[in-house]
Amino acid sequence: MNPQDTRSPLARAIGLGSANTGVGHWWAERVSAVALVPLTLWLVASIIAQSGSDYASFIAWLGTPLASIAMILLLIALFHHTALGLQVVIEDYVHSGRKFAALVMTRLGCIGLATAGIVATLRIAFIE
Amino acid sequence: MSNPTAKRPRPLSPNIQNYRPQLTSVLSIVNRITGVVLSLCAVVLVIWLIAAATGPQAYTAVQGAIASWPGQIMLFASTFAFFLHLRGGIRHLVWDTVHGFELRSIYASGWLVVVAAAALLTAAAWIVGLWMAG
Repeated sequence: MNPQDTRSPLARAIGLGSANTGVGHWWAERVSAVALVPLTLWLVASIIAQSGSDYASFIAWLGTPLASIAMILLLIALFHHTALGLQVVIEDYVHSGRKFAALVMTRLGCIGLATAGIVATLRIAFIE
Repeated sequence: MSNPTAKRPRPLSPNIQNYRPQLTSVLSIVNRITGVVLSLCAVVLVIWLIAAATGPQAYTAVQGAIASWPGQIMLFASTFAFFLHLRGGIRHLVWDTVHGFELRSIYASGWLVVVAAAALLTAAAWIVGLWMAG
């Protein structure tokens, strides 16, 4: 326990105050944001470049090592950032019993979508 | 003696309707809204990748949905949301280095986010995109 804790014994017992995980959350949100600046700009530029291309040329592009590595890194950073951001939005605005369910669904959904996107990218890189 | 673990009324801040909207507060909530919108775009990105991994038929179906008028309108809105969130996020990263907190620079960076960054970049991205698509 922090010796400089100024809370009363009662407040400590009820568990009021900081959960002591805020800095880690804040820092992870910034680190993923820094990663997403170049990665999302790459994605937008790539989508623009691919906007006229057919299936074969799109697969050929995503199958190149640089594109598939960038896509996987993007998916990791994107869904990490999304999970952290949506968690704050839910914690701020959902106060009913649905808050717990929403937090769990968001976290699991982000992990599931990131995994699905990475597997799809790997399939294109190694099988197609 | 009162029960210490019972729910006690917590202090509340005034309702949001009591405040006049300002650039700072509007951009703050816009950054959140665009973040939620972009979460849905992330779902579309994964659907797009899965369709491409499934085969030409699934890929063509998803491409067709994106190429339709509602798809194009949503893609345009998403591009605008992306650049707003990107610029808003960079503004936050600059603030995190303890720079740009003076009222003048807060408003200058705020208008930069809206006009220069979001609107111009959205227009530029679409002009190049449509030109590439021929």
